Amino acid sequence: MLESIWFFLWGLLWAIYFMLDGFDLGLGTLMPFVARDDMEKRTVYRAMGPFWDGNEVWLITAGGVTFAAFPLAYAVMFSSLYSALMLLLFALIFRGVAMEFRGQIHHEKWKKVWDYSLTAGSFLAALLLGVAFANIFQGIPIDEKGVYQGSLITLLNPYGLLGGVLFVVMFALHGCIWLALKTEGPLHDRATTLASRLWTALLAAAVIFLAATWFATRLYDNYLENPLFFVVPILLIPIIAVSALVMTRVYISRTRWWEAWFASSLFIVGTTLFGVAGLYPHLLPSSINPAYSVTIHNAASSPLTLKIMLGVALTVIPVVIAYQAWVYHFFKDKIQPSDLAHDEGY
Amino acid sequence: MDALILSRLQFAVATYFHFLFVPLTLGLSILIAIMETIFVRTGDEEYRRMAKFWGKIFLINFAMGVVTGITLEFQFGTNWSRYSSYVGDIFGSLLAIEATVAFFLESTFIAVWALSWNRLSPKAHAVTIWLVAAASSLSAVWILIANAWMQHPVGYTIRNGRAELTDFFAVVTQSFAIHQIIHTLSAAYILSAFFVMGVSAYHLLKKQHTSFFGRSFRLALVMGLVFSIVEVVQGHMHGAEVARVQPTKLAAMESLWDTTAHAPQYLFLVPDEKNERNFIELGAIPGALSMLAYHDSSATVRGLKDFPRDERPPVTLSFISFRIMVGLGFLFLALMTVGWFLRNRLEEHPWYLKTMLYAIPLPYIAAQAGWTLAEVGRQPWVVYGVMKTSDAVSPIAVSQALVSLLAFVGVYSLLGAAALYLIIMHVRRGPESGQPA
Ligand code: HDD
Ligand code: HEM
Ligand code: HEM
Repeated sequence: MLESIWFFLWGLLWAIYFMLDGFDLGLGTLMPFVARDDMEKRTVYRAMGPFWDGNEVWLITAGGVTFAAFPLAYAVMFSSLYSALMLLLFALIFRGVAMEFRGQIHHEKWKKVWDYSLTAGSFLAALLLGVAFANIFQGIPIDEKGVYQGSLITLLNPYGLLGGVLFVVMFALHGCIWLALKTEGPLHDRATTLASRLWTALLAAAVIFLAATWFATRLYDNYLENPLFFVVPILLIPIIAVSALVMTRVYISRTRWWEAWFASSLFIVGTTLFGVAGLYPHLLPSSINPAYSVTIHNAASSPLTLKIMLGVALTVIPVVIAYQAWVYHFFKDKIQPSDLAHDEGY
Repeated sequence: MDALILSRLQFAVATYFHFLFVPLTLGLSILIAIMETIFVRTGDEEYRRMAKFWGKIFLINFAMGVVTGITLEFQFGTNWSRYSSYVGDIFGSLLAIEATVAFFLESTFIAVWALSWNRLSPKAHAVTIWLVAAASSLSAVWILIANAWMQHPVGYTIRNGRAELTDFFAVVTQSFAIHQIIHTLSAAYILSAFFVMGVSAYHLLKKQHTSFFGRSFRLALVMGLVFSIVEVVQGHMHGAEVARVQPTKLAAMESLWDTTAHAPQYLFLVPDEKNERNFIELGAIPGALSMLAYHDSSATVRGLKDFPRDERPPVTLSFISFRIMVGLGFLFLALMTVGWFLRNRLEEHPWYLKTMLYAIPLPYIAAQAGWTLAEVGRQPWVVYGVMKTSDAVSPIAVSQALVSLLAFVGVYSLLGAAALYLIIMHVRRGPESGQPA
């Protein structure tokens, strides 16, 4: 029971991470396509400035919780995905440093270097997260000892790459909507136009990904095998995810940006939970032999640790959500030129 | 070259680098919070400008701390997967708690602080930096509890082929953790004090912004003096704690080969690791080592030969890093004491200001030496007495570990150089022109 609760929380943490960091990863990816001059670029930086670091901690927490609740899954997952993870880390390093360093020197070349870092880092991070998760849905070649029998190239299979594309587009749209709601003027107009196009791209990517999921993974079988238990997620998650996607489009057309952003958030959460629920009770299915899979039963921590962690999570996480929500509220207004004044800008 | 050596090197590079930035974050956040509080209390604009000037350096440093921290968190899984699955039940939960109780708070409010000088009332703005300061120190507490558990594992049992938690309270309140917390936080506060004093000395020597930097200097001086005293006194107790729980480390840091009752402390000594003896031993103070370690000059101190060869840590490195740290610790106390007497006529003593400027790197060296002692002295154990480092490494390919190690060294050198450049530039520019509008 405890293991199952933690499985759910584990999925939820990843979903929250994708929902939050998703928009700034997407915005970083999009920057060269929407921002023309320095002022517009600084506006883009400022649009994510107050949030990105707090968002990234959800990744650290999702990783930490994997470590705490399912140590074996953490060990096998991170060592199997070694090269991909290292790339992800370097991408996040460059992106994080770019945020802080860019505005320190007012020199064309210096700024360019960090703009490239931001875009490359954001794009690569989104892509790798998608590749990693698609591969987990599909199963990775781990043997009976939990040792990975593949390489970085193994991960770059068609389904994995499709997952990467889905994440890049999904985050780009999420970031684009955020930019639209945070800005005015030409930047806002460009974001508006782009949002409709990205939505169409996302629809295509999502449909292809779902179809490929049928062939490449056991997620659907898994749902069908546990009909009773999965009535709820099988009905709810696709319905939530699909209607969230539709609502995103509706709100974009009506230029109701906050609503569009919430709908897009819901889509990301729904998509993640759809995949994660389909894994249950696996954390890392083995593509060599299902018996070698890492599951919540062979990977869970002791009941004592799970209980203590549950106590911590249930008391602290709501507080975190409360103050992060306050920060989003505090910085909710559209960015004004005065926000870019020297000592508060980028 | 095997994956073990490479992973150890990589972990060492990543942690040393992380710990170049961490201590300044810990101490400077408190100093800035104090400056802002003084501004709120007195309304003296200069303190607000001080908070802004030091705050900018803080932000650059903080960014480096954050990005290097993430890599550490994930390396336990990438490079030490056997370690992670063996002790994750305990160690993993401590890291997860650190993230939930400290990192969220710190990362969320640092952004609010940096971007709301004009949006929040001075009082509310000061609260945000206090939250950041508290959260950084809190994160140190949790990570050090985790490290202390590796140094002195308690509250666990070996069950189901791994270490499982039996007593959470014992883990978080054990004495080794308390020692490490006090010692490392004090080290961070000393380092930050030296940093602020050194930078201030640079401007005071040039006779510019004298009021601004004189105040900064004196504020830091108080912090530096207090924690230099704490460090020396508590460091001694820390050593006694090591003697109690890690006899191999104590023997290595003192280069003591034979078990000796009434063990002396030598003023000068050169270890000869190969032949299990010392080249030179000069200036014996009878019974001093027994006294320091066990508070009893006739106590027996166990020597390295009492332990199997494959359970002894590298002696020379442990020995030297201990000497460097302790030597510097006393030097810091001396420098701070001198500063206390000169505090109101600093400009009349350029030699002292110059010394303090060049002393900036010293606490960095002391802190890195301290970690070298703590970590190298624990070898060959990754968890003392429970798991060997060689059993902890992931089953990864040598090529993977090699490429990532090279990437770490390359990227970190580049970013480290950029951060250093930015900080120096900002320091040179000084407060006024640094903050238009
Ligand atoms: C939470 C745990 C933890 C913390 C706070 C630290 N370390 Fe550590 N350290 C380890 C956990 C660890 C480890 C996982 O236990 C390693 C990896 C391999 C090993 O032998 O121990 C290790 C090894 C290790 C080594 C290599 C020793 C050797 O292989 O001979 C060095 C030089 C350091 N560390 C240095 C540091 C520094 C400079 C730290 C300051 C931030 C630090 N450690 C904090
Ligand atoms: C090997 C063990 C360590 C791990 C796994 C680790 C992990 C991390 C991570 C993931 C971050 C980024 C948090 C963010 O995004 O805000 C971080 C930052 C930080 N860590 Fe560590 N850390 C380690 C060692 C230490 C030690 C020994 C200390 C202090 C004594 C420390 C103190 C801090 C502080 C104060 C920060 C805030 C950012 C900054 O330094 O500027 N860490 N650490
Ligand atoms: C006379 C003064 C000092 C004494 C007697 C002393 C003693 C010790 C001892 C015995 C350890 C090893 C603990 C272990 O194995 O975990 C240690 C570790 C350490 N020392 Fe010192 N120390 C002194 C001064 C300093 C100074 C001035 C600094 C830095 C500014 C410093 C920074 C550290 C650090 C960062 C560690 C590793 C963390 C820890 O284990 O607490 N020490 N010290």
